[in-house]
Amino acid sequence: MRNVFLFLRRYSIFLRFLVMQVIALIMLFSKNRFHQSYLGMVSKELAGAINTRVNAVESFFSLSQQNDALREQNAELLSLLPSGSVWADSTGLLVQDTAWSDSVRTLRQFVYLPAKVISNSVFLPQNHVILHRGSDQGIEPNMAVVSRDGIIGTVVHVSKNMSGVMSLLNNESIVIAMLKKGSGLGEISWDGNDPYALTLSKIPKTVKVALGDTVVTSPYSDRFPPGSKIGKVVEVDQDQETNTYILTVRPFVDFNTVQHAFVVRNVLENEMDAIRKKFKKE
Amino acid sequence: MSPLIKHIIRGIILLLVQLFLIKNIPPLHQFIVPYIYFVFLIWLPFRVTRMQLLYIAFVWGYVVDMFYQTPGLHLAACVLLAYARPALVDFLLPKDSTEWGSEEPSRATMGQVPYFVYVLILTMVHHAWLILLEWIQFGSFFYFMGKLIATTTVSMLLVVIADLLFNRKASRR
Repeated sequence: MRNVFLFLRRYSIFLRFLVMQVIALIMLFSKNRFHQSYLGMVSKELAGAINTRVNAVESFFSLSQQNDALREQNAELLSLLPSGSVWADSTGLLVQDTAWSDSVRTLRQFVYLPAKVISNSVFLPQNHVILHRGSDQGIEPNMAVVSRDGIIGTVVHVSKNMSGVMSLLNNESIVIAMLKKGSGLGEISWDGNDPYALTLSKIPKTVKVALGDTVVTSPYSDRFPPGSKIGKVVEVDQDQETNTYILTVRPFVDFNTVQHAFVVRNVLENEMDAIRKKFKKE
Repeated sequence: MSPLIKHIIRGIILLLVQLFLIKNIPPLHQFIVPYIYFVFLIWLPFRVTRMQLLYIAFVWGYVVDMFYQTPGLHLAACVLLAYARPALVDFLLPKDSTEWGSEEPSRATMGQVPYFVYVLILTMVHHAWLILLEWIQFGSFFYFMGKLIATTTVSMLLVVIADLLFNRKASRR
């Protein structure tokens, strides 16, 4: 027994070092559970509060660019107003109406909540974006996050006023995607190296792929609005082992400079889930 | 100014530079992701005991992790650096390091070459552990070596610049 105590005293520094390393590694390799714990929440709110202050200064430097972008978006949206689209017909005029719920029962499926990006990274293997909007403002995990140019990622952690988004630049992120011209579902993933190169796999070789083809989200996604833009094909590679392509896709969103995002709430999600559960029960 | 306050202010400045300047610089290459915050641990006075050093490194690493959203990554690297530091000081300095009192490692106290070797080795240790842990999660050996060499080079450059800016002189020789 005495020897044990002697040993402990002699190597106390080394043992403490080992304990600290083990704590660090446990934190690192079980990051999801840890992050949702109370400690993770507190640190995120604190770091978020400081990030918000700095971001307030930083956003001044890109004001003119942001203004241009918003103006462009305004123009785009104005051109979509019901009053702007009129169908000429030989017999008469039909005004297209896309209101929330009208006489022909157009149902709205996706609601967009604006959010400001307050922290962001691109050069880690697992990049996250932090938005200044949280559970108090109606954000829930698993909601999609898009920007004007294209999709950004999925909400994974939510605290009261902040939410953490797993961006497309994360080696654990997988998004079902397709080519805009139709045919073939594939998976968008990231290998962790170049922030301007996503990988689109599992597109069958029967589909004709050309450089510059636009990649959009699939129509069957329950998170992302169908047909949201992702990027364009910049490199076409044949997978030798399977009958599919490996495409390199350049994302439309510049993750370095993204400042504004929209969190997308799928209003019909509960209904879709309920239907799915019925299938599982059978 | 008391040494304690001096080191706290220095720590805050280094943290702000790391998080809001260096982290936001558009990267030159995927291999070059420099760090400067760990210099705080390198510059702590010789008087700090091994045990204190470990605990300071633990807290310091955790604070950085909070901002980088990587629980444990920087923590592990900082603790390893803190563990390696006293051994390296003993090896590089002829005298017993406790005799140096409140002096801190700098060009003036240690001499040009030993100081450079001291910083280089600790930078390498810190970066190697950091990048190795990244490598375990993904990547290849080539990625590891390339990133280690490129990042260490740029970080060393930053440390030299920081050295010139802070202009730390020996209070007594």
